[in-house]
Amino acid sequence: MELDTYDQALLDGEYGESRQKMMEILLALGKIYDAERFIPVKSVQVSGASFKTIGDAGLEWLSSIDAKAVVPAFLNPIGMPRNGWEELGIPQSFAEKQIQVNEAYMRLGIRPTCTCTPYYFSIVERGDHLAWSESSAVSYANSVLGARTNREGGPSALASALTGKTPEYGLHIVKNRLPQIEFRLDDPEAAKKWTNAEYGALGVVAGAIAGNRIPLFMGLRPNRDMLKSLGAAMAASGAVALYHVNEITPETRFPFFKQHIAEDEREVVTIEVADVLDVFKETEVSAVAIGCPHLSREEVARVAELLAGKKTVMPFYVFVAEEMRASCAEELAVIARSGAKIVPDTCMVVSPLMDHAGTVMTSSGKAFSYLPGMCGVTPRMGTLEECVRVGCGE
Amino acid sequence: MTLKGRSIAKGTGSGELLYTDTPISFLGGVDAATGIIIDEKHPLHGQSVAGKVLAFPYGKGSTVGSYVMYGLARNKVAPAAIINTECETIIAIGAIISGIPMVDRLDGDVAGLSGTVTVNGSTGEVSAAE
Repeated sequence: MELDTYDQALLDGEYGESRQKMMEILLALGKIYDAERFIPVKSVQVSGASFKTIGDAGLEWLSSIDAKAVVPAFLNPIGMPRNGWEELGIPQSFAEKQIQVNEAYMRLGIRPTCTCTPYYFSIVERGDHLAWSESSAVSYANSVLGARTNREGGPSALASALTGKTPEYGLHIVKNRLPQIEFRLDDPEAAKKWTNAEYGALGVVAGAIAGNRIPLFMGLRPNRDMLKSLGAAMAASGAVALYHVNEITPETRFPFFKQHIAEDEREVVTIEVADVLDVFKETEVSAVAIGCPHLSREEVARVAELLAGKKTVMPFYVFVAEEMRASCAEELAVIARSGAKIVPDTCMVVSPLMDHAGTVMTSSGKAFSYLPGMCGVTPRMGTLEECVRVGCGE
Repeated sequence: MTLKGRSIAKGTGSGELLYTDTPISFLGGVDAATGIIIDEKHPLHGQSVAGKVLAFPYGKGSTVGSYVMYGLARNKVAPAAIINTECETIIAIGAIISGIPMVDRLDGDVAGLSGTVTVNGSTGEVSAAE
């Protein structure tokens, strides 16, 4: 690999032993993926934030590092809310370890945003190079915002945070961002009435077919929240880190992209609307969980509108970023009055909160895909409206 | 006999060769406290990786496996060195953060090595002294 003087100095240990190790990690990645050089990144999202996933060894490793982030770096959701975890029944033993993990990251200069939606709280522009980790955030940054990031693991993201660099390979390179499979719906008219949840269900179906290929959807007109649901689900049921929706997502408007999709041949798969709706199977539920990924301002407003004046009859969790709480205080107060629990900083997948919760209803295609494996619960997919109706015993 | 490969994690380590043609998942596959391979489906089930030059095709499973390798090193039961056919990120990162010398893409047959094997992760050289 071609190294500039800063890269070489990092590798030679001139910026300390911790950064030297970090650069060795990035160099190994560069070798594995045949990168020719390192490029600067604008921001980093660090995963491996929940004690549930990294365990004692991960915590020990973090504690051994002695360097601070040199670019804006934010933390993924942790295993519990920083405040009020006691009321949620999080075991003391887990909480103590999680607090140590948080402190380790803060010592490294990683901002404890604890969210999978850092794009609501940081400026990301088209063409920016990032080193983000969480699969739905990676998908949103690449697809909806037109930024460029591979899906980083915890250590490689941390290495980018502490050095400001990443090896240039994969989705950082424009020619690797073109579509490899095309999806159409047998009845595109039906999608006009879809909410975020149906787009999430479409993601569950499409991701399983796409695997790690880059999909191009034709004939759909989703808004940003719908795109968020679609991408998050495809990153869970498949390994989709970038997708395009023709004439909607930014890169599809580039002339070279238009030329490519007009000339290039690729597999075309028609997805039946019936298969998407089939994800919504009815079954008895014992809890409701929404906010995977964390809710946008518009989604918070919609949940508040639906829950206004109602009472929930079962555990009803609403996951948001802590920073969103400050800007939507009124709506969140309405939600809290219904008996629903607003849970910041964490999520239904990485916290022990949902473990053994029985059958959990969610409007998220991503949660629908992950809940069985990560938490041992049976998921039921529903629209936000259905989640509120069931959660309030109507 | 000396083979040449690609440097992945620097440093030098020597030990008895422990070879398998089956990929290894460290998360759930190796006990971080003892270094014993606990994956019942793995051909090396029951054997310890501690102090060995561990040669396998590539890693698989969860990325948390990198931290399990760090745990092995902390508990002083890590392999002395790692040789992969083609390394991927879990093992590469695990080896670097744990200080385990590692090479891949050797120019000869690793299974043919015998006796004490020395891996120089900085130069990519692997030698067997009999």
